[in-house]
Amino acid sequence: MHMADALLSPAVGGALWAGTLATIIYSAKKLKEKMDEKMIPLMGMLGAFIFAGQMINFTIPMTGSSGHIGGGMLLAILLGPFAAFLVIASVLVVQALFFADGGLLALGANIWNLGVYPCFIGYPLIYRIIVRGSKSPKLITVASVLGAVVGLQLGALSVVLETKLSGITELPFNTFLMLMQPIHLAVGLVEGFITAGIVVYVRSLRPDIVDDLEGVKTISSGTSLKKVLAVMGLLAVITGGAFSWFASTHPDGLEWSIEKIYGRTEVPEKANPVTEGLSKIQGKTAVLPDYSLPSKVKQETNEAWPAVDPGTSLSGIVGGIMVLALILILGMGIKVMRTHREKS
Amino acid sequence: MTFDREYFNIGYLDSLSYKNSFVHALDPRVKILVSFAFILFVVSLPKYELSALTPFFIYPVFLLTAGGIPFNAIAKKVLFISPFAVFIGIFNPLLDTAVVMQVFSWSVSGGWISFFSIIVKFILTVSTALLLIAVTSFPGICESLERLRLPKIFVIQLLFLYRYLFVLLQESLTMIRAREARSFGKKGREIKTFIRLISVLLIRSVERAERIYQAMVSRGFRGEIRVMKKHKLGYYDILFAAISITMFYFFRNYDVVNFIGSGLSRAFR
Repeated sequence: MHMADALLSPAVGGALWAGTLATIIYSAKKLKEKMDEKMIPLMGMLGAFIFAGQMINFTIPMTGSSGHIGGGMLLAILLGPFAAFLVIASVLVVQALFFADGGLLALGANIWNLGVYPCFIGYPLIYRIIVRGSKSPKLITVASVLGAVVGLQLGALSVVLETKLSGITELPFNTFLMLMQPIHLAVGLVEGFITAGIVVYVRSLRPDIVDDLEGVKTISSGTSLKKVLAVMGLLAVITGGAFSWFASTHPDGLEWSIEKIYGRTEVPEKANPVTEGLSKIQGKTAVLPDYSLPSKVKQETNEAWPAVDPGTSLSGIVGGIMVLALILILGMGIKVMRTHREKS
Repeated sequence: MTFDREYFNIGYLDSLSYKNSFVHALDPRVKILVSFAFILFVVSLPKYELSALTPFFIYPVFLLTAGGIPFNAIAKKVLFISPFAVFIGIFNPLLDTAVVMQVFSWSVSGGWISFFSIIVKFILTVSTALLLIAVTSFPGICESLERLRLPKIFVIQLLFLYRYLFVLLQESLTMIRAREARSFGKKGREIKTFIRLISVLLIRSVERAERIYQAMVSRGFRGEIRVMKKHKLGYYDILFAAISITMFYFFRNYDVVNFIGSGLSRAFR
């Protein structure tokens, strides 16, 4: 359920980047306050473990198709919320760069969707409360399944909301929701059972390692529940604030998607309703320069869309093909130059 | 398995990033920021915009050719990954059928235009992200992330992850091969077997982390790691950033394509 750049608006992508960065900085600060030194190689290793573990497939019961583990909940159980969040974030960074899973703008959203929920809700608010240091396999199973399911449901819900708020797809909110939530319920169940299986099996195989991990974890994540809740609240406010700030500079995406959610009316894409004055101020103080600019030409084309105008569309096609041809020639030129220089 | 091999073949992109070229030599900070700006400019275009996206191909094409990156390596990855965008986008032509454009005798609905807009945006953003790592070494990226003030522990985490990634991938390949050798047909892929396999992998990872920690301590590790800083912001870096961003800005805010197109149509009339 990696989000893709192409489905995100800059406002939504930016807001989630803000929330994700804040969480990374906060987690790093928390870890820095008191951390077992062993944590550093351990975190790196477990990040690599998640990668390597995702290579091993298994058959999903009843469907026959093959799947791999996500690992968010497992990391949270093994490392505690803060270290686990950083590990998940680092894994997603590498995935975004090397596999282009999602993309760079969507990376903030992906870290948020896959990291925050298992680390700051699934683990501290569900798993830890149910298990309470007990070693009973039954309790561990119930707790991991619940934690993983809730984490993935929230993640899937976030994907739907983010996609919807970006206003790029036509998919109605309800349909999308009905598509995403049940799939991720199944994913969450499998993930939860596997997580519990691993925790229980590793403990039966090497209790010393588990105790060791527990020790490193408790030193590095000794926080109370209240604090975690407070942080979650704070993060929600930060994200919400950043979101509304971004959104207010670009209301059309939002309005438009809200219209969509409450019954589809056949509205053509509106011209950018950012008022002239506001955009001028923002043009000067722009954080995202592309965003706040009046973009005169674009406005004209937008208004021209509903009316069929063969002239503009033809010149658009001809121009587009020309531009692509030019870029192709340029690229071939650079290539020829490079090989020429390498030979000489 | 072929998909997996393609997907996990990250060593190849890594080896590309140590080539020697103008774009490889640029400061990673500049490349990260320009690529990020590129993506923001691209996705900020309205959803019914198609022709205005075309000039943006200049940036990935430049990275590809100037960096001497094989076209196939990137194209294959772009084709393989993220069916998510396509899957979500394909609903647009089905749901949005209002005709917005007439090309000769075809009437094109808004849904098709927004669908292709999503696809083109997808190709642009994904290829740029891949090309960024193909022309920038991962340690270089980590270095610049630290200079961009990301928490050091996170940067170190990235460096460690990257360093041991290849080791553990090898380890799990060995395990997969062993499982394949001992199982017949679909057997051996049950969840129960999987849990045991991955648990062993986990134990091995933790043990390895322990050994690494001891090795670090014996070499003087006191909880502090320094990240090597090799790059300096140079004249070319600033020039590259300035030109690229001005160009993106121009493409985003002025209708270059229609200008060229209407000029051409007039010339031929």
